[in-house]
Amino acid sequence: MQIQLKFFASVREALGVADETVRVPDSVVTVGDVRSWLCRRGGPWAETLAEGRALRMACDHVMTAPATRLTEGCEVAFFPPVTGG
Amino acid sequence: MTVKVQAEDFDLGREVDALRHAHPEAGAIACFVGVVRDLNQVATGAHTVSALELEHYPGMTEKALQTIVEAAQGRWALADVLVIHRYGKLAPTDQIVLVAVATAHRGDAFAACEFIMDYLKTAAPFWKKESTPDGTRWVEARDTDDVALAKWQ
Repeated sequence: MQIQLKFFASVREALGVADETVRVPDSVVTVGDVRSWLCRRGGPWAETLAEGRALRMACDHVMTAPATRLTEGCEVAFFPPVTGG
Repeated sequence: MTVKVQAEDFDLGREVDALRHAHPEAGAIACFVGVVRDLNQVATGAHTVSALELEHYPGMTEKALQTIVEAAQGRWALADVLVIHRYGKLAPTDQIVLVAVATAHRGDAFAACEFIMDYLKTAAPFWKKESTPDGTRWVEARDTDDVALAKWQ
């Protein structure tokens, strides 16, 4: 499945990437799976996306839980807790 | 309902006038304006923030704000709601956000205005980066924001 990735704020800076199109393996079916799969890239990916780090996820512009299932072409975003207002 | 995400400043007086004239049935308009402070978050007591950069998630931001306003509309009878949130480079004393709520009576206006701000603080994808003499740093989310939200749940 092909999906769009987006990264914001401190996560974007730590990874050095703002967006990316990736083809994920069949074993990656949820937003949480994407996080674990990206962690396996090692280096800043493993550190920034590690379990336990305060991280928010969105799928197709809606803040979401790790169990949310991916759909073909969906946009998955990773970012720190928000600080607007 | 109007939601605007923009780099430009806004004129509180003009926005309230527009709401007032558009809704003769509304006897109350409550407004909240969020402003850039010069006090940095590390709590040194020093007033050292020279600039604030606000990043957001275009596409999601507008949708998140609309969802928050719709939740408020489901909870109270609101004549109208206006939310303006800025992004980009701001300086101390600059306006960041405006929430204005027009209702028949003041109770609902105060409550809905606070509700929208409390949700915005935890659910709208904005991130602040402070510039200080020691460099730049991302502002961290506060636990008190989650506490503020909990009272509505």
